[in-house]
Amino acid sequence: MNILVPVRKVPDTTAKIAFTSDGKSFDANGVQFVMNPTDEWYALVRAVELKESLGGKITLINVGGADNDQIIRKGLAIGGDDAVRIEGDDRDAHFCAKAISAYAKANSFDLIITGKEAIDDNGFQLAAMIAEYMDWPFISQATRLDVEGDVCHLSREIEGGHEDIEVSKPLVVSASKGMAEQRIPNMRGIMMARSKPLNVIQAEDSSVASEVAKYALPPEKGDVKLIDADNIDELITLLKNEAKAI
Amino acid sequence: MNVLVYLDSADGRVKKPVYEAISYAKKLAQSAGGQVHGLILGSSEEANLKSLGKYGLDVAHHVDDTRFSSFDSRAYSMAIGRFVEENPCAHVVFAFNHRGKALAPRVAARLDLTYVPGAMALPAEDGTVVRGVNSGKAFAHVKANKSGMVLAVMSNAAGLLDESAEASLASFDPGLGDDAFSVKVVKVEKMEGGIPLTEADRVVSAGRGLKGPENWGMIEELADTLNAATACSRPVSDVGWRPHHEHVGQTGITVRPNLYFAIGISGAIQHLAGVNQSRTIVVINTDPEAPFFKAADYGIVGDAFDVVPKLNAALKAHSAA
Ligand SMILES: Cc1cc2nc3c(=O)[nH]c(=O)nc-3n(C[C@H](O)[C@H](O)[C@H](O)COP(=O)(O)OP(=O)(O)OC[C@H]3O[C@@H](n4cnc5c(N)ncnc54)[C@H](O)[C@@H]3O)c2cc1C
Ligand SMILES: Nc1ncnc2c1ncn2[C@@H]1O[C@H](COP(=O)(O)O)[C@@H](O)[C@H]1O
Repeated sequence: MNILVPVRKVPDTTAKIAFTSDGKSFDANGVQFVMNPTDEWYALVRAVELKESLGGKITLINVGGADNDQIIRKGLAIGGDDAVRIEGDDRDAHFCAKAISAYAKANSFDLIITGKEAIDDNGFQLAAMIAEYMDWPFISQATRLDVEGDVCHLSREIEGGHEDIEVSKPLVVSASKGMAEQRIPNMRGIMMARSKPLNVIQAEDSSVASEVAKYALPPEKGDVKLIDADNIDELITLLKNEAKAI
Repeated sequence: MNVLVYLDSADGRVKKPVYEAISYAKKLAQSAGGQVHGLILGSSEEANLKSLGKYGLDVAHHVDDTRFSSFDSRAYSMAIGRFVEENPCAHVVFAFNHRGKALAPRVAARLDLTYVPGAMALPAEDGTVVRGVNSGKAFAHVKANKSGMVLAVMSNAAGLLDESAEASLASFDPGLGDDAFSVKVVKVEKMEGGIPLTEADRVVSAGRGLKGPENWGMIEELADTLNAATACSRPVSDVGWRPHHEHVGQTGITVRPNLYFAIGISGAIQHLAGVNQSRTIVVINTDPEAPFFKAADYGIVGDAFDVVPKLNAALKAHSAA
């Protein structure tokens, strides 16, 4: 079983978000970057578990600059066998998805497992686009993934519940909470990761479908109105007349 | 030019977040001098489809084919692609719900259109569309490089139209072979009653301040009174007090209801990231220094075990009045 796991570099969950003064780009000053949580905790760990039980190989793939190598190495320490970085800007999802699917087509994979959502892009978009370019089925926000021969058994989230699904390989899956438990890389993993291959390649198609004209921060929230715990009716009046929320 | 909206449905009925997607599409179509066409795949109810005229739908096209009863993003994408080939549209609109998230990017890739996930408003005069990024901590104004867009819209992006019109009905056959379908749904488990979090106008959310799962009765009662969905902080779902699908925040679900109650939740940055776009936020917490108060519109410093039952009783009295 050969599994491709796309991983993204994102600002740490506690990072304070700021942009350059022209509003055109992200201000990385003082920001810590990490592997996108759902990629690391669920997609990659489940891939490692599947490899442990079924054999095969895990390739990590990332679109980005050399500053992404650190998170790719962490992925290798958790259990990836080798890695590919496609040199480029990760802001346009079409570009990233095209580049990743071009690599996947040129090699042979049974499964592509992504995280459900990048916490900076919040697009839920790459996996579906990769699936379309591959012409493969895609199961999004999966909370379970088991493989039995050619058939994958999955659960996915739906409004107010979940459904169980069967679908044959190859396919794209985006991983949500429940699929696996976070693993902390051990010393041996970290040492081994240093000598695992990380190949840098160029994208063939550099076109983008969108650009960001500007970034902006939300307006400052006004002060909270505090209401006395013994005066609940005041809250109800405010919710009704001021907020028009009830 | 016309605008297409995907009519996501369950058991033959169009889902609630789609209503606003229709109104959004209507406003887009009006500026493009066209109509709003909707496509529904699988079973449908005629009366339900006609009633969507209220939100701005002009024509509902029904693909009457039971093979669409399991959601299969590949087959669905093919069907929508065929429709657009035969009925050119300027833009394609989706609700930013589960299926919208899984399907809209596929359709954008298939039709080579610019995809805008989580559009928060109609395109501005310069054509850019605003969407939330960095888990609600920032916005990006996206400029499309392609001739048309696929837009997946968030709640409160355009408001609901209220027109006295009926949609007309048509049928469509995308002509897919059996090899287009590969996903088999073997079991569906849905919660009994209650409102799914992703479709709720109001959300009552609680955290570790509640001490244990046995104390959620009053949260459920409050939600019931308010017609709200229930949600929780991450540690609460991690320890199994509440199901995973109630976990909101940066690593859980992002919600944007009209009203969000946060009870016994400290307001950690990762939690706020998933809820800070709510219209009105009410916080109930014993600790006046809890960070959540800084993100709140209204706050009560007090013990949830005292405040919540009182609030519930007062709300009941209010709705009875
Ligand atoms: C990478 C990462 C991702 C994360 N993602 C998320 C996420 O998506 N969602 C999320 O929620 N968290 C997330 N977290 C966790 C987050 O940092 C907080 O730990 C978590 O939100 C705290 O949950 P809580 O507010 O329920 O509990 P606590 O922080 O323990 O707060 C409990 C609150 O209840 C109050 N309280 C106590 N008793 C009462 C009472 N009787 N009445 C009223 N109030 C009372 C206390 O004053 C306190 O403010 C993430 C953390 C990390 C590191
Ligand atoms: N630049 C990137 N390189 C590799 N994988 C990525 C990249 N961006 C996003 N992904 C993958 O796509 C998933 C969804 O991201 P997004 O569509 O941006 O929300 C992430 O969880 C990653 O698995």
